Amino acid sequence: MAERPVILEVRDVYKRFGGVAAVNGVNLSIREGEFFALLGPSGCGKTTLLRMLAGFEFPSEGSITIDGQDTQDIPPNRRPVNMVFQSYAVFPHMTVFDNVAYGLRVVNTPRTEIDQRVREALALVKLEGYSSRKPDQLSGGQRQRVALARALVKRPRLLLLDEPLSALDAKLREAMQLELVKLQKAVGITFVIVTHDQDEALSMADRIAVMESGVVRQVAPPGELYESPNCRFVADFIGRMNLFSGEAERLESGTLHVRTEQLGEMQVPHSRPLSGPMHLAVRPEKLRVSSEPLSEPLFSFPGVIDAVVYYGSESHFYLKTDAGPLLCAIRTNPSRSGARPKRGDRLWVGWAPEDTLVLAE
Amino acid sequence: MSSKKPRNPIGPLDYGRRTWMRLVLLGTFVFLYAPIVTLVAFSFNDSRRNIVWRGFTFRYYEKAWNNSSLMEAFLNSLTIAFFSTLISVVLGTMTAVLLWRFRFPGKAGYEGAMSLPIVIPEICMGVAMLAFFSRVGWPAGLPWPLNLGAITIAHISFSFPFVTVVVRARLATFNRELEEAAKDLGAGEWQTFKDVLVPHMRPGLIAGGLLAFTLSLDDFVITFFTSGPDTLTFPIKIYSMIRFSVTPEVNAASAVLIAITLIMTTLALWLQSRAGDQLGDSAHG
Repeated sequence: MAERPVILEVRDVYKRFGGVAAVNGVNLSIREGEFFALLGPSGCGKTTLLRMLAGFEFPSEGSITIDGQDTQDIPPNRRPVNMVFQSYAVFPHMTVFDNVAYGLRVVNTPRTEIDQRVREALALVKLEGYSSRKPDQLSGGQRQRVALARALVKRPRLLLLDEPLSALDAKLREAMQLELVKLQKAVGITFVIVTHDQDEALSMADRIAVMESGVVRQVAPPGELYESPNCRFVADFIGRMNLFSGEAERLESGTLHVRTEQLGEMQVPHSRPLSGPMHLAVRPEKLRVSSEPLSEPLFSFPGVIDAVVYYGSESHFYLKTDAGPLLCAIRTNPSRSGARPKRGDRLWVGWAPEDTLVLAE
Repeated sequence: MSSKKPRNPIGPLDYGRRTWMRLVLLGTFVFLYAPIVTLVAFSFNDSRRNIVWRGFTFRYYEKAWNNSSLMEAFLNSLTIAFFSTLISVVLGTMTAVLLWRFRFPGKAGYEGAMSLPIVIPEICMGVAMLAFFSRVGWPAGLPWPLNLGAITIAHISFSFPFVTVVVRARLATFNRELEEAAKDLGAGEWQTFKDVLVPHMRPGLIAGGLLAFTLSLDDFVITFFTSGPDTLTFPIKIYSMIRFSVTPEVNAASAVLIAITLIMTTLALWLQSRAGDQLGDSAHG
């Protein structure tokens, strides 16, 4: 992506409630036109951070700069920022049109301009023809579109979305994911979305910040986050992961020698020197299963299938290796028929050394 | 088996279809409403006494209408109820918003003290009001409607806690994100209050206002202690009429009062159900 100007700068932000730090020293910078996701388990401080961007909370320490302007003490109604709330917060006593027009009316926009901008915003979220409906005559998905149009009509510099898809059913959620991305590219507004759903973050965002107990663990594009997590928490939180703990012994010409507790000595490609306790990790879909030993240079361990979980498009195999660890392997089901391994089968499982992730303790 | 008509057995929670339950219900309704029906029926009785039915007439309604001191008392009552309701709703709503919105030292104590007029015996309130107004030397003999001031103040003091209770119950269902959404869209404090909070409270405001109105209109005990000879209200006037004789004129006046109450309640319920349609989904939006 071409280097675009930084629109949001979060520097050393802390937020304490009583003695508890909800946000514990966060640094972020988000560029104009980015679709940025704050991802983390509940209670990690992502919503508090978002509320500080909107102006509903003020940082205990640190600064938040939007468009080069420090937001210290600027109340929410005077920030170039709009928010889509988790409950949508569509005004129940107003029609769709009045809801969308509200943000323009309170700042005394001329009537003809309101009419035009509201119509444009409703067209953008495909709600033309719904202007005179009341929110209780709309479905959940439609209400969310109203909330979206209501925020977009203000032409904010930054659009904040708080768990926007969590109240929708699975099918609608997938459709909305696609639509949100399309919409964001069309309007060119910077989106910051808060979510606990990694699929949502991976499928929509340009960059993702993974948070844990008030701290940002890693900021990276989805592909990098998934394939090269920088710590055990991120590796474990994003997707599924087979993890083994071990001890780094020595680095020799790009190969790290690791002594694992159960799988013996393993050699994996690695560049930076490392010593002491550490973790090796491999994604389940990178595992290969075979009825014979896998050939060098692949790792190969014999084992027994402990459980098979069928998901339709794919199956998850839990393999109890003779050496000890339980490994999860994911296979797609590419044909309708065909024998698949079943519980109790003896198999070999392995993976390519370069698919192994090295994670410092 | 198959040729039998399909039976519809009474379910375990189908109380409405059990005979004994229906009898209890019928008994309750008779007990509650028979006196009122009798009162209204005898207001049309063409007799000076209220005991035997002698034929139908509107005479006593006419008589009540032409009884100038009764009409004056009625006008007094309406005036007091109007001002008392207006001020009670404003005061009660402000109190409700304060208690819902803010945390401050002594809040629990304040809340308890505020709702005291709901539980305190009316006779005590009445005596207290009498003592208070004589102690501060409340001026007597002011021109109408200023002479109703003392009664109106007394009515406000016991009506507004009811408004507070009703409005606060309504506020408990408010989704605070609505308020934040309004601010996020550029509204200031006052605009948020007016555009988001007041529409949400509206059913509570109507119900609370109605409650205050009826409480004021038919209050006897407290009014009795705060009214002077030139400030008779409707209930007190009727009481003094009964002391001489129970004529159908009293019935007629009471029937009018019942009709007013009925119309107002229906109106309020209708307004509330309309508001409910609009606001019903705010909780699970």
